[in-house]
Amino acid sequence: MKLSKKKESWKRTDGRDWNELRPISIESGVLPNADGSAYIEMGRNKIIVGVFGPREMHPKHLAKPHTAVLRCRYHMAPFSVDPRRSPAPSRRDTEIGMVMRLALEPAIFLERYPRSSIEVFAEVLQADGGTRCASINASTVALVDAGIPMRDLVASCASGKIDDRIVLDMGDYEDKNGQADIPIAYMPKLERVTLLQMDGVLSPVELEQCVGLGVEGCMKIYEVQREALKKKYGDESKQSQEEE
Amino acid sequence: MSELFENRDLVLPGDVLFEGSIRTGDNTYRSQGRVCATRIGLVDYGRGIVSVIALEARYNPLVGDLVVGGVIDIDLDRWIVDIDASSDAFLSVPDAIDAPFTQDLVLPDILDVGDTVVAKLVDIDRRRTPILSILGRGLGKAEDGFIIRITPSKIPRLIGKKGSMVNMILKESGCSIIIGQNGRILVHGKNREQEEIVVNVVDKIEREAHTSGLTNRIQEYIKSLKER
Repeated sequence: MKLSKKKESWKRTDGRDWNELRPISIESGVLPNADGSAYIEMGRNKIIVGVFGPREMHPKHLAKPHTAVLRCRYHMAPFSVDPRRSPAPSRRDTEIGMVMRLALEPAIFLERYPRSSIEVFAEVLQADGGTRCASINASTVALVDAGIPMRDLVASCASGKIDDRIVLDMGDYEDKNGQADIPIAYMPKLERVTLLQMDGVLSPVELEQCVGLGVEGCMKIYEVQREALKKKYGDESKQSQEEE
Repeated sequence: MSELFENRDLVLPGDVLFEGSIRTGDNTYRSQGRVCATRIGLVDYGRGIVSVIALEARYNPLVGDLVVGGVIDIDLDRWIVDIDASSDAFLSVPDAIDAPFTQDLVLPDILDVGDTVVAKLVDIDRRRTPILSILGRGLGKAEDGFIIRITPSKIPRLIGKKGSMVNMILKESGCSIIIGQNGRILVHGKNREQEEIVVNVVDKIEREAHTSGLTNRIQEYIKSLKER
């Protein structure tokens, strides 16, 4: 009895409930020079993403004859963390770039643009845990804004375990002091998971709970992504188009 | 069998547009008996076909298109032209000067890197590379003017029904305007004021391409610009 009462009033260090997302906002089309772009604030994360392509691949020998190549660059600005970080791409940057690529690839019709490349550049301006998820969320919006044909949007969110409790969308402090962290990327309409990583220790039952909770979080983020994309075109009910 | 949106609703990639058997039009794909959108756009239910009018799309080269491109490189016997497509286009000597290639031709004297060309897309070869030609009336190197870029999917709106929009802008502004299907627009006016009208109008059309009654609104907008 006492225990259950304690659980009800339990809050996280930033005052959130166990299944609550950080405040999230996305804006599309922020960079006029990119084919598509997006800016995301997810908690204290601030990330800007630019998308280019499909365009001619350089260097040419990296082009594939049967498909386009998706290239993702993840980079943290020197001022994104305290203490200052070296601006040179690190091993971690390269890995997260690859993780983003693998999470986004299943959603894009790459086979429609043989010999070309689609490039995604994610620049982390301020980091507070879960930057790979936030980068994937913003990249999806930027890819749609660039007019690249996609099967579905990709929404991404982490879940994990702190103080023996399963929680959603962990921040930097929770990430570092928690027991486990599971980033998930999910295509909501196709009901497919495109990214599932884990660090820490979880029992099989807890893992299942975490994945279930993470997918729920992705669904909420999916709605935010939709709103961000629709906002650019104003009130949808008044729209119509006369063709040429 | 059912339509899941109203005609002209805004849809996003992955949205299920139709359940059941129907032909898939532009910017849609079929998966597990359902038709879904691949781009952000307005859904269009036709007779036995579902398509999406894309609001954002990169240029998809089609034979017969008029394009405005930039020369980015010169090979031994051809120019390479950037037309904002998924691959660069080729312009070979016979398509540029109506004469076969000879060794004493100096290609940079005809077209140099950095030049802008107005060209017709005459072919797409088996490697899917667009082939251009600048033989014909109104085609060739652009000597004067400047370029505005808009999303290629909004070019039909800029042209209007049977050219109603572009003809109106031509008449009202007095500029010469060449609209490339690839989203590059070559504008050349007699003075700065004329050109500024076109810049403002094209910008407004790009922002409001998805709304109705645009031609009339643009006409009023030009009037208000002129009065300023």
